[in-house]
Amino acid sequence: MLAFLIQRVLQAIFVMVVVALIAFSLFHYVGDPVLNMVGQEATEADRAALRARLGLDQPLPIQFFQFIANAAQFEFGISYRSARPVTDMIVERLPATLELAIISAIFAVVMGIVLGIYTALNRGSWLSNFIMTASLIGVSLPTFLIGVLLIYLFAVELGWLPAFGRGQTVPVGDWWTTGLLTTSGLRSLILPAITLGLFQLTLIMRLVRAEMLEVLRADYIKFARARGLSKRVVNLRHALKNTLIPVITIIGLQLGTIIAFAIITETVFQWPGVGALFITAVRFVDIPVMAAYLMMIALVFVVINLIVDLLYYAVDPRLRVQGGAK
Amino acid sequence: MSDSQRVVTPLPKPSKLRAFLDSDIVYSWKRQPVVILATLVTLVMFAAALLAPWIAPQNPFDPRQLDLIDAFTPPLTTSDFTGNFYLLGSDSQGRDVFSAILYGSRISLLVGFAAVLFALVLGTSLGLLAGFRGGWRDALIMRIADVQLTFPSILMALLIFGVVRGFLPRSMHAEVAIIVLIVAIGLSDWVQYARAVRGATLVEKGKEYVQAARVIGLPARNILFQHILPNVMRPVLVIGTIGLALAIIAEATLSFLGVGMPATQPSLGTLIRVGQDYMFSGEWWILLFPGLALLMLALSVNLLGDWLRDVLNPKLR
Amino acid sequence: MSSTPSFDSPRGGDTAAVPVLSVRELRVEFPTRHGTLVALDSVSFDIAPGEVLGVVGESGAGKSMTGNAVIQLLEPPGHIAGGEVHLGAKRIDNLDEDAFVPLRGRHIGMIFQDPLTSLNPLFSVGEQLIETIRTHLPLNHKQARERALELLREVGIPAPENRLDAYPHQFSGGMRQRVVIALALAAEPELVIADEPTTALDVSVQAQILALLKRLCAERGTAVMLVTHDMGVIAETADRVAVMYAGRLIEIGPVEAVIRDPQHPYTRGLMASIPGIETSRERLYQIEGSMPRLAAIPAGCAFNPRCPHAVERCRSERPELLPAGTSRAACWLHDPTDPVIPVSEEVAADGH
Repeated sequence: MLAFLIQRVLQAIFVMVVVALIAFSLFHYVGDPVLNMVGQEATEADRAALRARLGLDQPLPIQFFQFIANAAQFEFGISYRSARPVTDMIVERLPATLELAIISAIFAVVMGIVLGIYTALNRGSWLSNFIMTASLIGVSLPTFLIGVLLIYLFAVELGWLPAFGRGQTVPVGDWWTTGLLTTSGLRSLILPAITLGLFQLTLIMRLVRAEMLEVLRADYIKFARARGLSKRVVNLRHALKNTLIPVITIIGLQLGTIIAFAIITETVFQWPGVGALFITAVRFVDIPVMAAYLMMIALVFVVINLIVDLLYYAVDPRLRVQGGAK
Repeated sequence: MSDSQRVVTPLPKPSKLRAFLDSDIVYSWKRQPVVILATLVTLVMFAAALLAPWIAPQNPFDPRQLDLIDAFTPPLTTSDFTGNFYLLGSDSQGRDVFSAILYGSRISLLVGFAAVLFALVLGTSLGLLAGFRGGWRDALIMRIADVQLTFPSILMALLIFGVVRGFLPRSMHAEVAIIVLIVAIGLSDWVQYARAVRGATLVEKGKEYVQAARVIGLPARNILFQHILPNVMRPVLVIGTIGLALAIIAEATLSFLGVGMPATQPSLGTLIRVGQDYMFSGEWWILLFPGLALLMLALSVNLLGDWLRDVLNPKLR
Repeated sequence: MSSTPSFDSPRGGDTAAVPVLSVRELRVEFPTRHGTLVALDSVSFDIAPGEVLGVVGESGAGKSMTGNAVIQLLEPPGHIAGGEVHLGAKRIDNLDEDAFVPLRGRHIGMIFQDPLTSLNPLFSVGEQLIETIRTHLPLNHKQARERALELLREVGIPAPENRLDAYPHQFSGGMRQRVVIALALAAEPELVIADEPTTALDVSVQAQILALLKRLCAERGTAVMLVTHDMGVIAETADRVAVMYAGRLIEIGPVEAVIRDPQHPYTRGLMASIPGIETSRERLYQIEGSMPRLAAIPAGCAFNPRCPHAVERCRSERPELLPAGTSRAACWLHDPTDPVIPVSEEVAADGH
């Protein structure tokens, strides 16, 4: 158990260091940060002063160490474009992204698993065939197109739901603002959450279905039936548990993808989150924001990977016992 | 199951064409109307994109051919001012939406194919290198692949796009956008090929004929290109088919996000981004027709890719 | 024998006993892309209470299919297309899935070939035993646990109280098959179908498992349908034996009779090809050719292309099971009205 844990944590640290190196290289080799910050008109002396203040006159390894030390304290410098601290910009936009991502994830996981089980157990029924065909459209279409078409249908043509923005938000605690407590906030969330979750939903559904069909063919399922267990027990106790274990890994990884894909959904719905911030940064080559976003996303992915590994370990007795014996 | 049913193997057929028409691929194709439809739509769209300069009423990339006075002409309308007929309407620049879609699909497909080719060549080469040579090269390549695979490819493409743009002077951005896009999408997608090829190479390498070739003293290059490469091409082609749909979607997404093709040389994604602004003011056609074109293209290429994957390699499912 | 054939002649023709299982003219079909395959064709046999019926044949002959058809666990698209199956006095082949579920485990138990894959790896042995027991018997969790412990003890699992909460992968193959037997017998069914129960096990363990199965069934009066390709297993364990070929039952009779004096030419070849049972031969016998594919079963007797005695009638008319000594065999050699004259033994043995 301990060896497994240490190995996974080391792997996570390795990924983070690589990403930090990339982010650091962005600072150094893509454009000149000083030039970016003060513009063409500044004097040579001004530039040298800024260079010294930013620590850019230090040797590279020391700068890299400084970068990591700063990053560990969530300190990523000043945005080239808006001249504000990057950390502030991210923090004030984080609640919007997290609320959207979490609601989408719940939507995708719950619906994905339920529909996956349904279509596996009722293979060939017209409803299953319909769901499977619809899901093909779901995996084939670009997220942004789904979003745009949903806006066109539900906001423009039918006028049922807001087309963009987060609606009314209320502060919770010191720095969190939520849209989950107001009607307009909830209404604003529906279309973006569906847009963001749809791809993951179809993916999870197809995965659950494929895995479940595989499990239903297994000998132990046949033996469970031969023992006289009811259809319900065989399907929902035996087959489901065996289905979900391999699926957990992929679902976990997909949740990380949701945060990354929020970039697209936020752009479509003008959702004031960190994804939209990142896109603006890419468009204007705002390196500090790009670097900070990259580090943040990497952290999210690495943490999710770790949790998934541990969860997998906790639910599968085969791994548990082998690990314990080591 | 010892007593399971026996599958009847078809008798060998005399000609290659007969054999092909009788194969499982054709059998499965003929049995699925959806796949037949997807094939037709794909062929029509490929042809339309390829022949765009000959069938489009105007060249939407050439500002001199646009009449601002014809801006926002609704679909199926002949302009009162210039007498031009607009099948799918025109946009704010007086650009014919139908022509824009034809030229836009051209760019989407060009970027898609080029990006897949780029990823395929890069991934296959690195996969062969890693699998055949092993050692530190293998470790390095696969480590990079692992780290890259941690992140969704659209994010990688965005990042690569941003970085490449950072290196280039701002004035060049619009000109080289298409190349930057191809590189960004290609680089974000090589890992799949590399992993599949490495795996297949390791399997082939262990087989007796390769061992024998090595014992005879055939140069490594011969073994690699004459024996191993042909055997690893099948998974590569399967991934490539699916990859084309993904690359088309990636290009559309980047362009939609405003970091792909510029508005002067619009791809389908750019057209949708531009069209989104007119959605609320009633000029629905500027958004809807490019949207439907992308929908049909993405869906049919994806369906074809899925089908081909299932037929060629049931295990990959 | 009378004109209406009686198939239940366990231990020498005690026709008064009601059989546990009675299969009549059972037919199983598999519709495929290339046409319908007939996997079982007119299979009829009985099993008396407490009797062990061995079912032998090459792989693909339909022995596992017969077991799966009786307990209605055929892999789709396979289905029963004709005939009748009776469990005691009750007809069961026409029951739908919901009506059949209560029979499985309670009245018909089943043991599969591979103990490694028969148990769900994610549930402990105790959980699987307790859920089975509680499905069939009105016991609470604690009582069911007691019963599970008792069952494990009976099947010879040492220190069952320590093993009850262990997971299947913590058991050896032989131990797992003991657990599978415990599960199959948990609700004391009248009939157990054992499909190659020892094939996947080490040779050293096979005999123990067979002895265990036989003892437990004898104690409970449970009838066993023992499906195997191993004549040695049959000789040791079975009371009667049924021989299958190409989806058909071709010979059935007391185990000594079938082994010592096989009546069907195929059975004769089969016995002659087994070392150590037929004592006098120096060289092992081999039947010419191979069993036909289900898609290409010849007309008449399915064995006719390989049979040294085949005559015109064998190629056109399919023989019923006919009385032959103490057994019954599906061969025109035994037709009392128009017997086929057998080719001499020497010629047959040399494979002409």
